Amino acid sequence: MAKTLYQKLFDSHVVHEENGTALLYIDRHLVHEVTSPQAFEGLKMSARKVWRVSSVLAVPDHNVPTTDRSQGIADPISRLQVETLDNNCAEFGVTEFKMNDARQGIVHVIGPEQGATLPGMTVVCGDSHTSTHGAFGALAHGIGTSEVEHVLATQCLVQKRSKSMQVLVEGKLGCGVTAKDIALAVIGRIGTAGGTGYAIEFAGSAIRSLTMEGRMTLCNMAIEAGARAGMVAVDDITINYIKGRPYAPKPEQWDAAVAYWRTLHSDEGAIFDAVVEVRAEDIQPQVTWGTSPEMVTSIDGRVPDPENESDPVKRGGIERALQYMGLEANTPIIQIRIDKVFIGSCTNSRIEDLRAAAAVAKGKHVAANVKLALVVPGSGLVKAQAEQEGLDRIFKEAGFEWREPGCSMCLAMNADRLEPGERCASTSNRNFEGRQGQGGRTHLVSPEMAAAAAVAGHFVDVRQIA
Amino acid sequence: MQPFVKLEGLTVPLDRANVDTDAIIPKQFLKSIKRSGFGPNAFDEWRYLDHGEPGMDNSRRKLNPDFVLNQPRYQGASILLARENFGCGSSREHAPWALLDYGFRAIIAPSFADIFFNNCFKNGILPIMLDTAEVDQLFNEVQATPGYQLLVDLEQQVVVTPGGQSFPFEVDAFRKHCLLNGLDDIGLTLQKVDLIKAFEAKHKSSQPWLFN
Repeated sequence: MAKTLYQKLFDSHVVHEENGTALLYIDRHLVHEVTSPQAFEGLKMSARKVWRVSSVLAVPDHNVPTTDRSQGIADPISRLQVETLDNNCAEFGVTEFKMNDARQGIVHVIGPEQGATLPGMTVVCGDSHTSTHGAFGALAHGIGTSEVEHVLATQCLVQKRSKSMQVLVEGKLGCGVTAKDIALAVIGRIGTAGGTGYAIEFAGSAIRSLTMEGRMTLCNMAIEAGARAGMVAVDDITINYIKGRPYAPKPEQWDAAVAYWRTLHSDEGAIFDAVVEVRAEDIQPQVTWGTSPEMVTSIDGRVPDPENESDPVKRGGIERALQYMGLEANTPIIQIRIDKVFIGSCTNSRIEDLRAAAAVAKGKHVAANVKLALVVPGSGLVKAQAEQEGLDRIFKEAGFEWREPGCSMCLAMNADRLEPGERCASTSNRNFEGRQGQGGRTHLVSPEMAAAAAVAGHFVDVRQIA
Repeated sequence: MQPFVKLEGLTVPLDRANVDTDAIIPKQFLKSIKRSGFGPNAFDEWRYLDHGEPGMDNSRRKLNPDFVLNQPRYQGASILLARENFGCGSSREHAPWALLDYGFRAIIAPSFADIFFNNCFKNGILPIMLDTAEVDQLFNEVQATPGYQLLVDLEQQVVVTPGGQSFPFEVDAFRKHCLLNGLDDIGLTLQKVDLIKAFEAKHKSSQPWLFN
């Protein structure tokens, strides 16, 4: 029978299945400092060991400062959490890229960068944006801390099968339109709960044309559509990306690996539980206006009017969002002025994202009303690559700050944050109330659009910037 | 894990959709390396008028009188009534830890986000999905009736209103079994250690590069 990619990945990892509940074998377990301390503590309390230490890769990313790190972490609570990760990894023998390791970075950037994320794998991490790794034709999703402990102890996860959804994007993306815009446009269409209970496969010619960076951005945002897992079938772009990376198959294993990877696509005639079709040409650069990623419109759009919403729960949600965001109904998006800019996060901090933002910023300057424009590379290796290409100089000359890698202002667990009432053009993934700092107002955009907003001081259509 | 069998409790209505886990427990409290003590900071940004940080004496902070959890009639609630897509966003298990520490053992909503839904079961919280119309009815009744208590019977899979109306709900058989008996997942999985080892050996021979 014709199978979807999701079915192939799930079936090939079932250890045992009974009454619809499966025990699923996990190939790669990524670990960070925020969601792991209680899991390691649980292991210790039960005198359990890590089942397969070589499957685990750990990195501190949420709490790390993005400024000078030579003096360590100033906040004692953040410091304790990072030290706890260091100690747990040492005690259990887990490989960790520590804060001052050149390879340190956001867990969802370093996994693929190291080749630690491979096609056909099951990948988990105590972090909802683990969906990112599905870009490689892997089954990857976020788990809670109890499950982190479960995977550490048993190498398995208790799972039920998800339904499958195909998001089919055919056609050619316009200039200045990115994977981020596809993600936001799809979420705007199906809603933040539209993918709940589903694993999403992104397919179609527009997806095939995306680089691995773009596919990662897209799969990263699957969780914002409610889907725990997003994925893209394997092709030459996938295979070429992996070749030569530290954790990639050894030369003598390579051909067999590639032969297997080439089977990782949905079969002709495979049936999905739901299909969403989007024409690439219809997607414009997107900007969110509210406090949920589904509250999104095109750059040429306006802030919606709650009067036009008939559902009372939704109307209440729009009214509350506009009040929180300090926005008037019907305001054109291009008239919204910003205070800060954040280019970074597991969604958009890879080399291609930085290149795109730098291309917009080159030779220009951050507008006077923008208090801070941050560029936070996704990893130490991305930072080094960008510096080799001179991107850091472009950013600095344009008035951006060039920082050390980490999660940074995506969720403001370190010192990078919005003050109450500040408005930010952000390449991150969540515009929830307080996400980037209590009272902060987040607008989600692509790296190009964030750089353009930084230069203009308000949102602007990047396609109209020469 | 504390077993969940039957719960009769005061019910509090949280009337907004898409409540995310950042709202349930804001990021600054995620720096804790413990599982307990999150209750006083559940819904911190909505619940207090000042900005909360770890280590503060929460009993001295000014409460937001408009937030539903702060209303005197809902003190001691153990059942949370919520709207669509409750628990969306971050996978942080600190969210169910905070709700449990606050005193909630059951959450009723038309829908939940997947990861949050799953995390609840690992912590002895029962998330219950009812139809939107049923949830609407419960919102109306709870708002109109001070001291409104619901009965949740996991064995029978029903929510019973004070008026005696019963709403049946679905729950996965394995999760129900674990919750009723307070069973630890890891212990159960380790009973299958031979199956895991056999799978691992086969997997390694077919895809050796996964074990480099």
